[in-house]
Amino acid sequence: MRRWVLIAVPYLWLLALFLVPFVIVFKISLSDVALARPPYIPQFSWDDGIWAFLRELDFENYIFLTTDSLYWKAYLSSLKIAVFSTFLTLLVGYPIAYGMARAPEEWRPTLMMLVILPFWTSFLIRVYSWMGILSQEGYLNQILMWTGIISTPLTILNTNTAVYVGIVYTYLPFMILPIYAALDRLDGSLIEAAEDLGCSRFQAFWLVTFPLSRNGVIAGSFLVFIPALGEFVIPSILGGSKTLMIGKVLWEEFFSNRDWPVASAVAVVLLLILVVPIVLFQRNQQRQAEAEQ
Amino acid sequence: MGQNVFAPWTDPAAEPLIRFQNVTKRFGSFVAIDDLTLDIYEQEFFALLGPSGCGKTTLMRMLAGFENASEGRIELAGQDIDGIPPNKRAVNMMFQSYALFPHLSVWDNIAFGLRRDRMAKAEIDARVDEMLKLTRLESFARRKPHQISGGQRQRVALARSLAKAPKLLLLDEPLGALDKKLRQETQFELMDIQEKTGTTFVIVTHDQEEAMTVASRVAVMDHGRIIQVATPEEIYEGPNSVYVADFIGDVNLIEGRATASGEDGYSIEWAAGQPPLSAQSKRPFTDAQRCHLAVRPEKVAISHDRPEADNAVEGRVLDIAYLGNISTYHVELPSGLVIKAQAANTRRIARRDITWEDTVWLSWSASAAVMLAD
Repeated sequence: MRRWVLIAVPYLWLLALFLVPFVIVFKISLSDVALARPPYIPQFSWDDGIWAFLRELDFENYIFLTTDSLYWKAYLSSLKIAVFSTFLTLLVGYPIAYGMARAPEEWRPTLMMLVILPFWTSFLIRVYSWMGILSQEGYLNQILMWTGIISTPLTILNTNTAVYVGIVYTYLPFMILPIYAALDRLDGSLIEAAEDLGCSRFQAFWLVTFPLSRNGVIAGSFLVFIPALGEFVIPSILGGSKTLMIGKVLWEEFFSNRDWPVASAVAVVLLLILVVPIVLFQRNQQRQAEAEQ
Repeated sequence: MGQNVFAPWTDPAAEPLIRFQNVTKRFGSFVAIDDLTLDIYEQEFFALLGPSGCGKTTLMRMLAGFENASEGRIELAGQDIDGIPPNKRAVNMMFQSYALFPHLSVWDNIAFGLRRDRMAKAEIDARVDEMLKLTRLESFARRKPHQISGGQRQRVALARSLAKAPKLLLLDEPLGALDKKLRQETQFELMDIQEKTGTTFVIVTHDQEEAMTVASRVAVMDHGRIIQVATPEEIYEGPNSVYVADFIGDVNLIEGRATASGEDGYSIEWAAGQPPLSAQSKRPFTDAQRCHLAVRPEKVAISHDRPEADNAVEGRVLDIAYLGNISTYHVELPSGLVIKAQAANTRRIARRDITWEDTVWLSWSASAAVMLAD
């Protein structure tokens, strides 16, 4: 009995917080927009019965998504931004994780704290503060002009560059922590063995350290890629009018256009796109757990 | 004449492969190796033996290139090796944890060092197969390290470190992770492999039995110094200090004062009202010099009746440790000193006549004991 309760808890959680909302969104995506409250039809009523209700549902919103190039361009652009910013996060995060794992034992809790510390401040505030850094008269431009590196201020804010900065900054801890965990477990004598067998320091890194931290790299990359793909806050605050991301399109469809059915269809397609990396991520985690046994 | 005995250390013309000259290693204010001088010869199986923290691992890591000496000079085949990084030394090491690469198969682990030398593929194949054969791992070549047993992993580690045919192989507690039976089997395998390959082996261990079994010479270390370097027989039969006698095997230590009696003979006053013990020593002792008499338990005979022997003392059986093939008797003398005597259990247990609380005689010959100065 107790076992059933224990098993039921995560399933109920999934049912209430994922499946039910998904079914609602999916239903809306099959509906038609209407000047009503809520702004779509059909609404289920007991008088007409279930068949009359179901007959009204169709896939025309999905067909609409294929006719307007805005949508697939936004999906592709999101994919591109997510892939590229994941790569940038890896480039920045790996050396940090490596440095942490190589730091003296007594420093590590402090370094770990420093990585997690930004989470204690609201995400929104932290993204807003980047506006103060990246804008035309922001701190970055002030410093660069004061040191004489540039003479006219750079336009960074409201470009894709600002979006990359924002995503790398925000998701960096998600990259660092799994890589650090993988590197921390690494037996130092493996590196010594590699050197003993004729590797230079650099070869030992590429042939031993990096392959053995691969699972951390994969986990970290997915943890950055998945939320970055649907990211909405960062492109809308730091990005410009040319920054095309599906999260932003979804937001505009929903709140500016008040076209809930099309917005829902965009959301469902986004979810379907995300299923692939999520499944890959899960498989990686599973394989890692098996390898450790 | 019989066979040539392998003993290059007795030949003054022999050139040592490794030469430590007044080597000191400090970590901060801690002295790990203290002004150490030592020669190790080609094809030796040399054991560094000592308790943990005695500096034996540091000594080995200096040979591998992971540590540099603070003072002094280390030579390998006549060349000063100070500052040469580990990947440029013709020295390979087998790690205590084995340090097998978990992402590579057994085959790739063994080939790892050969590939770094940019050897031709056919040559690598041949060499790896040779190593697999030597360590009887042919059927496990495709497995990953986590798919084989501890004993097999140990052999992979050995094969990998031997693959590059190093001048010198270092083994850091190579058998520490194996259970007793496997360890004993593996000791003989190691000796076989060392003989077949003719490689110089330096083994670090804290297990004196292991050192005695495998090594041609043993160095007993303590606090960064070498206390004695000798063959296992010499170390066991003729320890040069109380520390070595006590560290290697079981020993009875009897404190007393020596008086010369005849050539190389001494009589030792050891307890009031007891006749002095007689012993022999090549090392001279002055009259009334304090000394320890070290007697191995297996050289002490135990009997009910007073035997005819150079030394005989009476005591009471305190304890009997039955070890199957032998029994160790703990006998308390009137002075309170407890002497251990070992006897082989050649009879079945019911026929044995010495039991607890019995009054017995312990005896040993004058040549059985070693006299050690303080």
